[in-house]
Amino acid sequence: MEESAKPIIQVKNLDLSYGDYPVMRNLNFSVNKGDIFIVMGVSGCGKSTLLKSLIGLQEPSAGEVLYNGINFWAQDEITQQNIMRGFGVLYQGGALWSSFTLGENVALPLQLYSNLSVGQIREVVELKLALVGLSGYGDFYPAQISGGMRKRAALARAIALDPEIIFFDEPSAGLDPISSRMLDDLILQLRDTLGATIVVVSHELASIFAVGDQAVFLDTESKSMITVGSPKELLANSKDSRVIQFLTRGVK
Amino acid sequence: MIGKIDLDYSLPKTLCVRLKGDWLIASEIPKSNEVIAQITQTKDIGQLTFDTSEVDKWDSAMVAFLFYLIRGCEHKNIKVNFQKLPPGAQKLLILALKVNENASIDKAEDGSFFTRVADKVLKRLDGMLSLVNFLGEIAIAFSRLITGRVYFRWDEFMVILQRCGADALLLVSLISVLVGIILAFIGATQLELFGAQIYIANIVGIGMVRVMGAMMASILMAGRTGASFAAELGLMQTNEEIDALRTLGVSPVEFLVIPRILALVIMMPLLTLYADLMGILGGFIVSTGLLGLNSVEYWQHTQSSITLSNLWVGLIHSFVFGVIIAVAGCFRGMQCKRSAVAVGEATTSAVVSAIISIVIATAIITYVCQVLGV
Repeated sequence: MEESAKPIIQVKNLDLSYGDYPVMRNLNFSVNKGDIFIVMGVSGCGKSTLLKSLIGLQEPSAGEVLYNGINFWAQDEITQQNIMRGFGVLYQGGALWSSFTLGENVALPLQLYSNLSVGQIREVVELKLALVGLSGYGDFYPAQISGGMRKRAALARAIALDPEIIFFDEPSAGLDPISSRMLDDLILQLRDTLGATIVVVSHELASIFAVGDQAVFLDTESKSMITVGSPKELLANSKDSRVIQFLTRGVK
Repeated sequence: MIGKIDLDYSLPKTLCVRLKGDWLIASEIPKSNEVIAQITQTKDIGQLTFDTSEVDKWDSAMVAFLFYLIRGCEHKNIKVNFQKLPPGAQKLLILALKVNENASIDKAEDGSFFTRVADKVLKRLDGMLSLVNFLGEIAIAFSRLITGRVYFRWDEFMVILQRCGADALLLVSLISVLVGIILAFIGATQLELFGAQIYIANIVGIGMVRVMGAMMASILMAGRTGASFAAELGLMQTNEEIDALRTLGVSPVEFLVIPRILALVIMMPLLTLYADLMGILGGFIVSTGLLGLNSVEYWQHTQSSITLSNLWVGLIHSFVFGVIIAVAGCFRGMQCKRSAVAVGEATTSAVVSAIISIVIATAIITYVCQVLGV
């Protein structure tokens, strides 16, 4: 948000591949602390692959991802896990553990990485569920609630440990406009209340303009990023026809 | 009416393809590859045009025919001018031919026979390597479990234990009693020749305790529990639940695989003992009920024939089978790709590889026992 803010994530000369197929080449961008950063591009351009290498699930074929100046993929497994502990991830389908209740889903990270007592954990869980508007749903199983609620519950789990960075993989996918808007509001509130840095992978224009401070545009044909900047400024100033076409839904 | 085609060579270097009649999916139309062959055989054709003024009705059948024809001709460097086609067909063709431009980017080449063989071999090696890797992860996880550094959910473990054990009792009873009965009948027909029918007790007792109890129970468990492990973990993989564990810094092997292996390894020997008893009961029912043997004598023969070493051999079998089933199920589940079909494949291959491994393991254990004289 602020010009003077320090970059918390830096991506340098990153190459990504899916199996043997190159997906993206030469990605370079940085995300400032406290920003909401959007990764945008058409479906299948490699947004989710980029996300996977940012959250430590898929090693890039070349290049570096730096968190607070530390090169993630050059670290040993234990250091990587320590860095990953500072992440919260909201997966596309929620990815709640289906054999756990919502309360147990949110509680697990706390049980693993906090020294809180059982009672205290229960309180934190109730707070996190309340933050996403699911107060009182702690005893429900993921299969018993709607898709939108599942996403919010997954968000409660993602913010269980007050993460430094929260990643969202297509938060509006499969949601109606109202639920999607609610989730956007939640993203803004989380940034303001938790002070977290937020990375959102999305192709929903409404969300991109509503929440994005900065955005990177990935292009399928050139297999690389085209531009970085604020979505509104990109719309107003970008000279690249692909970016303009994307941001105006092809209606020039 | 049938769809027909006329090739008009009257113009210099230009071929006019004249379509006539009904070009419908339901009607009979010429084959595109035959027409392409006919056109490309003729030399000196630089351009192709169409005339559809005599076409009565048309649908996708005509567009598909033209689509292949145009692609075939463009492949042979013949220019195609399709401006005289009906406007609807033109639009469809433009759309179809345009989509094709992007789709062919970056397609993997099939390569020669040797490339494909080498590819397959390398894939197999990769598979073996990932199995070794998986076994290594399990070993590390177990060492962490012993030193108490693994987050272990006891309530979930109890549920798995119940699913692996108590829930399978009815099926194990049924199968084992029947196997006991079968063994008794097979023995009876042979031993009757010598008047040594009482030795049915020995055949059933030793057969069940030494290998059949463990084997039948394990084949049942491979189909029941091994498959369910693979499906469960496969679906978790599909739903990104396993990714969610990884980003939390939790090893899915510690969290999901270890409790399952442990539960099955504990339950298999117990189920085997139970299956042994049920099998002996089956033999007893046939021998005393149908073959008229003395029940006390039968029990005495059973007791004297089953030695402790037989029991140990059976239990070793069951332990090994338990490990095989659990590892096969969990390995296939963890390897599962992200689709419904992949979950099905994972389940199938978990059962198949478990049963094959069980048979191979039985052969090896039997041979080793033979050599050791146990």
